[in-house]
Amino acid sequence: MTDTDEKKHVVTIDVNGARRIATVEARKLLVHLLRDDLGLTGTHVGCDTSQCGACTVDIDGQAVKSCTVLAVMADGSSITTIEGLAPGGGALHSIQAAFHEHHALQCGFCTPGMIMAVRQLLKQNPNPAESDIRHQLAGNICRCTGYTNIVRAVQSLASEAQRHD
Amino acid sequence: MTEAIATRYVGQPLRRREDFRFVTGKGRYTDDIKATGMLHMAVLRSPHAHAVIRQVDLSAAMAAPGVRLALSGADLAGKIGSIVPNWIIPGTKVPDRPVVAIDRVRFVGECVALVVAETQAMAHDAVGLIDVDFETLPSVIDEEAAIRDGAPQLHDNVPNNITTVYRMGGGDYGKAAREADQIITLRVANNRLIPTCMETRSILAEPNVDGTLTLYLQSQVPHMHRRWIADTVGISEHQLRIVAPDIGGGFGAKMHLYPEELLCPYLARHLGAPVKWWESRSESHQSTNHGRAHTEMLEIAFRNDGKILGLKVETLGNVGAYLSNMASGGPTVNTINFGTGAYKIEHYAARSRVVVTNTVPVDAYRGYGRPEGAYIAERAIDAVARHLNLDQVEVRRRNFIQSDDFPYRPYNGPAVMYDSGNYEGCLAKAMEAFNYEARSNERDQLRAKDRYRGIGVAAYTHMCGMAPSRRLSLMGFNRGGWESARVSVDSSGRVTIFSGSMSQGHGHVTSLAQVAADVLQVPIEDIDVVQGDTKQVQAGHGTFNSRSMAVGGSSVHVSSTRVVAKAKKIAAGMLEVDEADVSYRAGQFTVPGTDIAPLKFGAVARMAYVGHKLPDGMEPGLDETVFYDPKGMGAPSGVHMAYVDVDPETGIVEILDYVAVDDAGTIINPLLAGGQIHGGVVQGIAQALYEEVSYDPDTGQLMTGSLLDYAVPRAEHVPAIRSLFQETPSPTNPIGVKGIGESGSIAAPPCTVHAVLDALSPFGIKHLDMPMTPPRVWSAIQTARTGASQ
Repeated sequence: MTDTDEKKHVVTIDVNGARRIATVEARKLLVHLLRDDLGLTGTHVGCDTSQCGACTVDIDGQAVKSCTVLAVMADGSSITTIEGLAPGGGALHSIQAAFHEHHALQCGFCTPGMIMAVRQLLKQNPNPAESDIRHQLAGNICRCTGYTNIVRAVQSLASEAQRHD
Repeated sequence: MTEAIATRYVGQPLRRREDFRFVTGKGRYTDDIKATGMLHMAVLRSPHAHAVIRQVDLSAAMAAPGVRLALSGADLAGKIGSIVPNWIIPGTKVPDRPVVAIDRVRFVGECVALVVAETQAMAHDAVGLIDVDFETLPSVIDEEAAIRDGAPQLHDNVPNNITTVYRMGGGDYGKAAREADQIITLRVANNRLIPTCMETRSILAEPNVDGTLTLYLQSQVPHMHRRWIADTVGISEHQLRIVAPDIGGGFGAKMHLYPEELLCPYLARHLGAPVKWWESRSESHQSTNHGRAHTEMLEIAFRNDGKILGLKVETLGNVGAYLSNMASGGPTVNTINFGTGAYKIEHYAARSRVVVTNTVPVDAYRGYGRPEGAYIAERAIDAVARHLNLDQVEVRRRNFIQSDDFPYRPYNGPAVMYDSGNYEGCLAKAMEAFNYEARSNERDQLRAKDRYRGIGVAAYTHMCGMAPSRRLSLMGFNRGGWESARVSVDSSGRVTIFSGSMSQGHGHVTSLAQVAADVLQVPIEDIDVVQGDTKQVQAGHGTFNSRSMAVGGSSVHVSSTRVVAKAKKIAAGMLEVDEADVSYRAGQFTVPGTDIAPLKFGAVARMAYVGHKLPDGMEPGLDETVFYDPKGMGAPSGVHMAYVDVDPETGIVEILDYVAVDDAGTIINPLLAGGQIHGGVVQGIAQALYEEVSYDPDTGQLMTGSLLDYAVPRAEHVPAIRSLFQETPSPTNPIGVKGIGESGSIAAPPCTVHAVLDALSPFGIKHLDMPMTPPRVWSAIQTARTGASQ
């Protein structure tokens, strides 16, 4: 492809609470902006057809597969990645802690995207039934855990949420 | 002595010590690593299943922006070796496999040319500009078609496309056939799968100023990779440092030698710059090895009481276009040696032929051969039960190897020995957890209401941690069966384990430390585990074949034991008592029955390093390295049960419950072991219900070329897996461990298939091949209904 659009575009986004400015090609995906330009490698690329969900981040309050968004489309938006969930390296976010407690991860590659998807799930439905959890996580593939312990981790948060209500 | 061990870690469900970086996005996978001045490689892959390469025109690619280099296979000929298998069954005809195809391509996805450019996008853009003149040839993708007269031939030195013929058996099948009440035959297909690690492969090769090379590689077998790459690229092992960072799943797919693993080091040295390659998911479907791909013909001779007298097996193993690393061993040794499964089948005659086709090479995938072998045994026993209309549990009981038979040598054959087991125990535990009787009643009652529920059972056994090394030589391996562990105590008493095993999500930082902590009697927090760096870890084989606890864990146990033995001698000297009078527990050396003050482990470690007061002749230091070569192999076993509901109007199968009872010997960490079962079972369910690689039979085009077309299950497609353990320690190693990683993917395919067949039994359906997708199930029901109404 010799007629590549070599014109660069300036993108300004808020990532994990900090304002970031990057100059990108029009064809660059948001996930590559995060990984390659901003060094946020916790967001992973597991496929090229938007099936696996490993690249899930939060854009303006909504969990989105960042491989489905061009970097230029994210201009002006506010993004939270896995690195922004428990800032400062202190205590883990409750979802992160639940994944650890319930052995809901093995190789860890799907984990950041899965945690971001769970965050969205619990935001929409603080007390989901097992079938709700399984259905709503259908956009994220895990190959290691068989999902059993991921579902358990989410259930533990659901019951916690119920107690706090 | 009461309560000799103050702290016992083995058996505890410890949470993983490695989790923090993964849940916070700080894992470090190969593609996360960047090097200054890094260039990017992209590969042009064959669009044809079989073709002659007439000409490769690289000129437009070379002229594209940012391109540093473009090479064809002809350009590389003589500069880099061929890809040679690591396991070659005696008598195998090995076809030559150049790293990049030179004059002919033999599968869709084979490397034809490559580009190195300043960015990944530039490299991919330039690959699109390479012009190749292909002359297509007829192709063959199916193993049965490939061995017929007149089939397209792939390699001049592989007549009839058969690389290997292997036989295994014992007893006298002919006699069994004569004495049997009945004989049935069954053809079963073991569907071709894509391992689908969530992290695709990627590589970064970085030349160092001292002439050495660092290769970041997601390898299950870093030291073996070092040897293979050094041998092929032409550098010494000590000039090549392999760093295996965090690995996003392996499942066998990351323990082979792939073309890109040779190209990146070659190019980095050639260009004097770091070179990275990253595989996209769709690329991965045609460039990373597939799994399974067998066809089996079974002949089962049995009595009317359900006892199987003899079994005859003909296996055809499709290994794709070339022999990958272990490809001649998978459909042969790993499959038909285990074809009698958990049963006493005394007369066994099996033959396996290894067949090349115009498809992606097939090699190890979680269980490698043992799932196929277990499928033979389990489909045979299920067919007998179904044919005789006997209870599937009862037929298994009548054929089981019994607890007092161990050690058991199946069919009196020469190659397999099951060390221990208690299959009845697993069965009883599974039936109780599953609530077998109540479920059976429920199923029967619902059938009267035209609801189709089914119960599936599968029992299995296999062998893990192939060893000892001399045995591997007999089978044609170009490697040993040992594992290495160095237990290094620093002068404060803190411990680092350098292990040749390689976690890809297994949690070795936790489990290996548990093994060491019990022996060393120190808190687990004082123990670090280092893996995946050939510069730090002395030697090793790696993680595959469910071997990391049985062999890797045992090596840690042995080296830790040696550390304690030496420390005890030093302590005796320091305490000025006889060594036999010294007791060690909970990190303290004491002299029971005296008022001598206890000596801390750290103080003894300090003495080991200052060397002021060591027994005569003892070398300073507290640092033990072992190369542990097991004397034998452990045989895990188990019984799984599944309960399914089949909707006859849609063909959709829903698994309502799944119980796994596995006997993996001593369990180091039940939390992690359970995780291994959950994941393995779901991969097995995936094979049974969802996943299958599909090729166009005429053109050889890969139809399941992305995750849009290849049905990896999501959370909503599978149930919660209930995992229980029975522990029958293996007598073959010091910690009693057998193996866990492959058990789920071995047991789940037949278990799930049997459940679906049970649900479909009212329709008279006796066999269906995997995957039992809705169209396949629905069609079978329609055919059965049509047949019944005629």
